[in-house]
Amino acid sequence: MIQGSFELAREAFALRAKFAMPARGVTALFGPSGSGKTTLLRCLAGFERSPVGFLSVAGEVWQDEARRVFVPVHKRPLGYVFQDARLFPHLCVRDNLRFAWRRTPAAKRAVDMDQAIAWLGLEPLLDRREQQLSGGQKQRVAIARALLASPRLLLMDEPLAALDAAAKGEIMPYLEALHRQLSIPVVYVSHSLEEVSRLADHLLLIAEGSVAASGPLQELATRPDSPLAHLEDAATVIDAVVAEHDNAFQLTHVDFAGGRLILSRNALPVGAAVRVRILARDVSLALSRSTDTSILNILEGTIETLSAYSPAQLHVHIGVAPGRRILARITRKSASLLALHAGQRVFVQVKSVALVA
Amino acid sequence: MLSAADVSALWLTVRLAGTATACLMLLGMPLGWWLARTSSRWKPAIETLVALPLVLPPTVLGFYLLMLLGPQGPVGSVWRALGGAPLVFSFSGLVLGSIVYSLPFVVQPLQNAFQAVDAGLLEAAAALRAGPLDRFGAIVLPLARPGLLTAVTLGFAHVVGEFGVVLMIGGDIPGRTRVASIAIFDHVDALAYARAYRLSAVLVIFSVAALLAVYSRRPVDRPRWAR
Repeated sequence: MIQGSFELAREAFALRAKFAMPARGVTALFGPSGSGKTTLLRCLAGFERSPVGFLSVAGEVWQDEARRVFVPVHKRPLGYVFQDARLFPHLCVRDNLRFAWRRTPAAKRAVDMDQAIAWLGLEPLLDRREQQLSGGQKQRVAIARALLASPRLLLMDEPLAALDAAAKGEIMPYLEALHRQLSIPVVYVSHSLEEVSRLADHLLLIAEGSVAASGPLQELATRPDSPLAHLEDAATVIDAVVAEHDNAFQLTHVDFAGGRLILSRNALPVGAAVRVRILARDVSLALSRSTDTSILNILEGTIETLSAYSPAQLHVHIGVAPGRRILARITRKSASLLALHAGQRVFVQVKSVALVA
Repeated sequence: MLSAADVSALWLTVRLAGTATACLMLLGMPLGWWLARTSSRWKPAIETLVALPLVLPPTVLGFYLLMLLGPQGPVGSVWRALGGAPLVFSFSGLVLGSIVYSLPFVVQPLQNAFQAVDAGLLEAAAALRAGPLDRFGAIVLPLARPGLLTAVTLGFAHVVGEFGVVLMIGGDIPGRTRVASIAIFDHVDALAYARAYRLSAVLVIFSVAALLAVYSRRPVDRPRWAR
């Protein structure tokens, strides 16, 4: 577990955050800009010292102001990837990487130079300086450099925010691979729901300097009291397993606790873990199972709650298995015509399922 | 060309400038770093003190130093009580005077160069397990290198060019405190213009070379008065 609490007052801004997150997987700090996500991350790293604060990472205390304990940044086994890559301009890529590696005690090195270079595809860039790299390349070097410090906690501050769409596309696969291959916990700051739903396992929603909600992404995305479920792009995120491929129709079937979903054929092997996303606006409801519809994905579930979304629309939270909820956005008129209410059995018709990771 | 006495004066000048510059760098680096990063309310006061030699007549500075370092002065008397050799009219007194007199020429370029180092890079280095001294040596010094060179060049050149302070606290003792600028004054005083010309030419050539080296570099490292 990573547990902590910080209280920090700044001009026109105050952070009062108490939190706990799992010490594995990716935890996203998600919220609008100016909400204090980056300040919280900087407190985690120790760049900011909150006068009232406590932080323990996997049982190790990094800060405890009640006992005046504060481990300085350079003595914390962490990696930090900044929004701007912050490569050292007087060093080439290789020496930037070596900077991290050399300062990590030999006994604690979990990653060696060759591994990091291969992982992030840096071989052709090794002799270049910062000025000769594109935005995406810089960020790849910065990620490799952070990994070479052999961190026990990796902190990433919107590593994609400063990049254009092409460069984002270049980095994303590396981040997803990191997520799968590394056993170290990652705390990832983002204000992009798309990034979060692709990368995160756990979520801390940050609003006005405090933690508004936290929990597993799949749960938080659809929980009625979660701000996430009220966004334009509100979506259900489901971790599933590839069950079979339908070569005749070029489709892939994936299974999860709530049933089976069908999506466009992908190249993943049967048994592979996948993450899929269903936008609330792509879900419709029916009281009986339609047989004369073009929609392939129909799941059966029970309405848990209805919540307001807009003057004309509602969000319906449908439980399809214990702890597995699907979010549907329908008009108030439809809800009224169908007389939808909590506890009712409905059929969830999913128009499109997108593979996100 | 130059007489043995002139060569001795030049050599003394070089030794003085070298020693004073080395001391100035040792003192100037922490001071410049502190001034570059601090938000202390004392900063303007310290900056004023450092810049004072830029505007004060060297004779004023030299006079105060003479009073301070003299056998009856607060520093001089303590120094004597500790068993030190007299500070006035001695090489070590000259070094002390030169340090005070040339402080802004070293501290200002260092401060500017340190200010230009992106604090974000130091955070990045800290997150890569680099401690404070390590960060200073591995990030700050290499990035501030042009400013360091400017500080060394200007400090050295300025000590070579000083006259008033040296005259006040060093006197004019051949081989001990008679530096090149004083020797030129002596030559003119004795109407030995040819010798004055030759020695002056050496200093002009040196000063042009030193300033050219400074102005050929990017403006950010230059002291404020030279931008």
